Amino acid sequence: MPIGDMLLRSVDDSQINTVFPKTFEEYRKWDKSKDELPPEEVYKALFQELASGDKVKVGRALTRMNYSKSGWKSLIKKTSRAIKKAVKKDELPDNYKEFLIETNEKWADPTYWYAMGQMINNTTSIYYWNAIDRTFDENLNVVQQEENRRVYVQTWIKTLKVSVYVTAFCLILGFPVAHLLANLPLRYSNLLMIFVLLPFWTSLLVRTTAWIVMLQQNGVINGVLVWLGIISEEGRLSMVYNETGTLIAMTQILLPFMILPLYSVMRVIPKSHMRAAQNLGAKPAMAFWKVYLPQTIPGMSAGGLLVFVLAIGYFITPELVGGKDGKLIGSWIAYHLKTTLNWGLTAALGAILLGFMLIFYWLYNKIVGIDNIKLG
Amino acid sequence: MALPSYATPIQRTYYYAYLFFCAFVFFFLVAPLFAIVPISFSVSPFMVFTEGMLAWPPEPEAWSTRWYRNMIGDCSADVVSTTVPCSTKWMVGTVNSFYIGIIATAIATGLGTMAALGLSRPHMPYKALIMSILISPMIVPLIITAAGMFFFYARINLVYTFTGVILAHVALATPFVVITVTATLVGFDMNMVKASQSLGAKPLRTFFKVIMPLILPGIISGALFAFITSFDEVVIVMFMASIDQLTIPKQMWAGIRQEISPVILCMATCLVVLSIILLTTVELLRRRSERLRGIKSR
Repeated sequence: MPIGDMLLRSVDDSQINTVFPKTFEEYRKWDKSKDELPPEEVYKALFQELASGDKVKVGRALTRMNYSKSGWKSLIKKTSRAIKKAVKKDELPDNYKEFLIETNEKWADPTYWYAMGQMINNTTSIYYWNAIDRTFDENLNVVQQEENRRVYVQTWIKTLKVSVYVTAFCLILGFPVAHLLANLPLRYSNLLMIFVLLPFWTSLLVRTTAWIVMLQQNGVINGVLVWLGIISEEGRLSMVYNETGTLIAMTQILLPFMILPLYSVMRVIPKSHMRAAQNLGAKPAMAFWKVYLPQTIPGMSAGGLLVFVLAIGYFITPELVGGKDGKLIGSWIAYHLKTTLNWGLTAALGAILLGFMLIFYWLYNKIVGIDNIKLG
Repeated sequence: MALPSYATPIQRTYYYAYLFFCAFVFFFLVAPLFAIVPISFSVSPFMVFTEGMLAWPPEPEAWSTRWYRNMIGDCSADVVSTTVPCSTKWMVGTVNSFYIGIIATAIATGLGTMAALGLSRPHMPYKALIMSILISPMIVPLIITAAGMFFFYARINLVYTFTGVILAHVALATPFVVITVTATLVGFDMNMVKASQSLGAKPLRTFFKVIMPLILPGIISGALFAFITSFDEVVIVMFMASIDQLTIPKQMWAGIRQEISPVILCMATCLVVLSIILLTTVELLRRRSERLRGIKSR
C-alpha cells in the first residue's frame, strides 16, 4: 500500500491543477504557432487565480513550478504581491496582459509560458526524466539536462558498479569459507559459524562505526601497516570517506548473506562425488570445476542475488563511509525526501530502483524459490 | 576434511593456502567488532589506539571509563571534554529504542505467528502470492520502503509519531517471524490439532495448549529477530520520527555524522554484547527445537 502510494506520487501532478485550473484551461486554447504570447484570457485567468488563491496552496504549487524552470517562484511571488495591491485599491486593470507585463517583463518571455505547458496535465513523466538527467524543452521534447545538473545517470552507474563489485568480492571471500564450514564436522562448523552469525546479528551502525575506526588515517589498519614498516608515516593510506571504504565495509556487512545460502547448498552435496571424479582420473582442479562447482550454482545465484539486491539499495554505509564520491542512489532518495522535499523526484527514483529490484526478485524466485530463504 | 597422507606437496600448499584464506575471512568478519572494545575504554577523545594503551607494561592512566559515564548521562568534571558534548540523549535513546522495539516485537510476533499458521495449512489458496507479499519488506530496499511509508503516513498524519514508527517497524519485522515460525511448523504434526479438537478443545484452547508449546522455540527466535530488526533500524526512524524522538541507532548516526565522539564506541560495545547474548539464545533454541523434532520422528 505505501509502495503503491509512492508510485502514484511519482507521476502525480494534480496539486498544481487545483491552484490554476482556469489558467490551464485557457492555456490549452493557445495556438503556439500563431501567437508568440498567450492570449489575453490566459493572463486574466492567472490574475484572478493569483488574487483569490490560498497562500499555502500557491506556495506548494510554486515549488512544483520551480522544478520545471527556475525563476518561477520569485516571478509569481512578485506578481502576486502586485496583484493583491491592485485588488486592495480596487483598481482592476483593463488589459490584464499589459498589467502583468508591466509588473514584470518576464511575463513577456515565452520560455516561461512554454515551461507551463509541462504542468497542465494531471499526470507527468517529468520526474522520471529528471531521475535519468533528462528534462523537457520548449516543445515538450525530452532533452539532456544542462551539464552541471547531470548527476543521476552517473550515480545509477556507480550504484550498479559498487553492487557488482561487492557481490563479486562476497563471492570470492564467501565461497571458500562456506566450503570449509560445510565440510568440517558439525561440532567445529557450528563453532566457526558464530564468526559468520555474530556480524549478522550486530547492529549495522556498529559495524559501520567499527570500519571507520579501522580504516581512518590514524586507524588500526594504517597503524599496523606503519608499525610493520610497509608504509611510511606520511604515506598513510586514505581508505575511508571514499569508494574504497564503501567497498570494504559493504563487503564485510553483506558477506553473511552470501555465506549462509552457499553453506546450506554445499552441506547437502555428497562428498563422494569429488572422490568418485578423482577415482575416474580427474585431477583435483578438474574434478572441482566439472563436478563440485556446477552443484553449487543454486547457492551462488541465491547468495549473489541477495547480496546484489541488498547492495543496490544500500544507504546507511555509503552515506557514512562513502564521503563525497561514495554517494549512491539511496543517498539521493533520502536527500530529496528530507532536504529538498522534492517528493515527486524521490518517488520516481524509488520507483526506478524498485523496478530493478522486481526484476532481480523475479529472477531469484525463478532460480531458488522465495520460500527457501533461511535465517541462521 | 584433513589431507590424506598421500597428498602431494602442491596439494599441501593449496590446502594450507585455503585454510589461511578462510582464517583471513573469519578475521575480516569479526576483527572490526572487537577492535572497538578496547578503544571504548581509552582516555583520549579520539577514536584511536593511543601510545599509552599499547605500551608494555600497561599504563593505567591511558585507560578509563569516562566515556561510559558520559553515555549514562553522568556529566561530572572529569567526564566533560571540550570536544565531546555530554547529555542524557543516549539514555533517552536507549529507553525509546527498547520501548519501540518491545511493542513492535509484541505486535509483529502475534501477527507473524498467525500468518505462519494460516500459511502452513495444506489447502491455503494463493499461498505463494501471500508469502511473497509478506516477505517483500525484507527484499525491497529499506530506503524504498521508508520513502513509501513516509508518503503514505504523511497522508494519514502518522509521521513524527511513535505510533507511526512502531507500525513501520511491525511491517519490517513480521516477515522474520513468519519465516522462523513456518520453519518450525514444517516438523509439526497436524494430526495433533485434529486429536485435540476431537477431544473437545475449542480452537483457541488447542492453540495455547497444543500448538504453542511445540512451536515456542520458533516463536521466540522469530521474536528475537523482530526485536533486533526494530532495535537496529535507523532509516525509518530518521524519516518518520521527529527530532526529539531519539533512538540508539539515530543517536549513533548523529554521533558519527557530526560529533565523532568516543561515546559511540561505548554504545557500540554494549550492542555487540547484546548481540552475543541474542545469538546464543537463538542458537540454544534452535538446538532444542531440533532435539524435540528428532525425538518425535523416531
